[in-house]
Amino acid sequence: MSDELLKPDELFAKIDHRPPKTDWMSTPVQIRKGMYCYASNYKSVEYLGLPNARPWNPLDDDWKLPENWQEIIHQGFKERLEKFRSFKIFMDICVRCGACADKCHFFIGTGDPKNMPVIRAELLRSVYRNDFTRMGKILGKIGGARPMGLDVLKEWWYYMFQCTECRRCSVFCPYGIDTAEITIMGRELLNLIGLNIDWIATPVANCYRTGNHLGIQPHAFKGMLDFFVEDVEDLSGINVEPVYNKKGADILFITPSGDVFADPGTYTCMGYLILFHYLKEKYGLDITWSTYASEGGNFGFFTSHETMKRLNAKMYMEAKRLGVKWILGGECGHMWRVINQYMDTVNGPADFLEEPVSPITGTKFENAKSTKMVHIAEFTADLIKHDKLDLDPGRNDNLKVTYHDSCNPARGMGLLEEPRYIIKKVCNNFYEMPANTIREQTFCCGGGAGLNAGEDMELRMAGGLPRANAVKYVHDKYGVNVLSCICAVDRAVFPALMEYWVPEVEVYGMHELVANALILPGEKRTTDLRGEPLPGMEDKADE
Amino acid sequence: MATMIFETLIAKKKAAIIKKWFGEVVDSYPADTSKFLKKQKDPFSNPVGQTTLHGLEAIYDELFKGMDREIIISFLDPIIRIRAIQNFTPSQATGFTFALKKIIDDQLKKEILSKQYTAQFSQLRTRIDELGLIAFDIYMSCREKVLQLKANEARNQTYSAFKRAGLIVEPGDSRAGE
Repeated sequence: MSDELLKPDELFAKIDHRPPKTDWMSTPVQIRKGMYCYASNYKSVEYLGLPNARPWNPLDDDWKLPENWQEIIHQGFKERLEKFRSFKIFMDICVRCGACADKCHFFIGTGDPKNMPVIRAELLRSVYRNDFTRMGKILGKIGGARPMGLDVLKEWWYYMFQCTECRRCSVFCPYGIDTAEITIMGRELLNLIGLNIDWIATPVANCYRTGNHLGIQPHAFKGMLDFFVEDVEDLSGINVEPVYNKKGADILFITPSGDVFADPGTYTCMGYLILFHYLKEKYGLDITWSTYASEGGNFGFFTSHETMKRLNAKMYMEAKRLGVKWILGGECGHMWRVINQYMDTVNGPADFLEEPVSPITGTKFENAKSTKMVHIAEFTADLIKHDKLDLDPGRNDNLKVTYHDSCNPARGMGLLEEPRYIIKKVCNNFYEMPANTIREQTFCCGGGAGLNAGEDMELRMAGGLPRANAVKYVHDKYGVNVLSCICAVDRAVFPALMEYWVPEVEVYGMHELVANALILPGEKRTTDLRGEPLPGMEDKADE
Repeated sequence: MATMIFETLIAKKKAAIIKKWFGEVVDSYPADTSKFLKKQKDPFSNPVGQTTLHGLEAIYDELFKGMDREIIISFLDPIIRIRAIQNFTPSQATGFTFALKKIIDDQLKKEILSKQYTAQFSQLRTRIDELGLIAFDIYMSCREKVLQLKANEARNQTYSAFKRAGLIVEPGDSRAGE
């Protein structure tokens, strides 16, 4: 909702509800509550040693910027144009064909033209033309150039944090411009003068200090997992006994900390524990959790390349310290983009680890040959393919499932088939959403790239509209009641999104579905991980 | 007999009236957006435009039928649900309902002046007023839902933090009494 409540006479005077006809460059930015996240806590910025740590408020006129902020931005822009060839190309080659314009979930949901990827990029390009191109200097506004000023800066900040870096737009760009990379650069530049949001800055500081975004200390991290162990024992009679910080284990398991503390991700986490216990008992799987590398996610990625590198390094340092052979990674989104796209050049190659081979099936994970980190969807799909899991998909028969391709695994690493293969093996009722909303064309959850705060709920609801709209379609048509996913941010974002748009649909992580179907030797199970009766066990579950 | 003819009349004018009404709604967005909302026909690529268009068509039909509140809500809710989270004031989000009056006045000027259907037009105006009030109810419930979602997330985070710190033990928790 807009904040602008009018008095009766003003209301009559403005009875025409049409917006101004000015073009985007001449329409000043209006920072609206519900659409932005709170400014970064200065203590977090300070802890990371990033510039211009101070309290500030986006709604204030004075953002407490350094006196020479324009020079800092200009220099930062120049350095990045020289350092990142892709950035320079993306600034130069766009012909403004508009192919990307209507592909962004934020544009579709908010109806704000500045959320068209082409215009979001133009926010930076206009300054680029003015500062770095001769034509821009000569032609000025006619040539799409404009000087940097406070109004432009505020516009940058507002719209760089209305992009989830999901890259759907880049799928449609005939030149292959990755607009997410432009947002990444935009945010990097903003961070040079201390303009981050707190939903990113504080998790980054926590991760840097404690090892995970939530600042859960090692003993508390173990305590949280122990709770799940008790819960699993309550519902199955089996003690799953996870192993922590084991030196010389074969595999180190790392997953986003979101799954350790927030429903429904907690059930996915219980799913991992159950799967690993099964594999340990049956095949002697030697896997360890770490209470230090207790975060797979990397909000540093939403801050700057350097910050991403610092956080990513922690996982590999821990793998080195423990002396494991390789790393298995849980269900996460951007963690996989960092691993798949950036890790090798920022911290790799991880020569001290072995090329990953499944100790159970002998499968070589070629995709992880260099990064040494295997996606759990690949790992589990391989187990099922080799018939290593005792599964009863009928135990998920109360669920009618659809699958959301999380943006980063789908577009950032091409992980499209494995999750579907697994879900179809553990669930009998699976329904795809329409083709132009899944796989490479998947619509973002609306809360990625650090935007899953509470204060920007309107932005999340608008950004998630195209996804929710497709879920509503399969709900209405097939009675779908489960939206499954393989990303911790999805699991945090979707419950609220569903509650607003399709309240009958619940959110499940994939390994929760796997664990529901997995038959543990000696188990006494009458309920699923949520304590709901398994199909056909309704009477026994009540006992 | 007159009713029959009136129904035929409004059915005949439906396409023109809906076009104007839909135009009125989508023109509340900036020009570039409005163009897209009108042009893209795929409901998954353009949920705002297509939800609005289909909703308006169904509401139009219902206005001249039984004005069943449930049916009206089922089509009006998706439109208002979208506008309630976009950059609109409450009046901007719901005002398109009343715009139908002027559109009908313009499109059926001759028929209104003929005074042949006075009772029908009078009833229609009352129904459009009702429609506006239903829109306002939906708008408020959407806004309350958004605020509730915000409050729930804030509460859950605090609760989780307390629980993580071992400060909360619920009745019936197997860890109670430790």
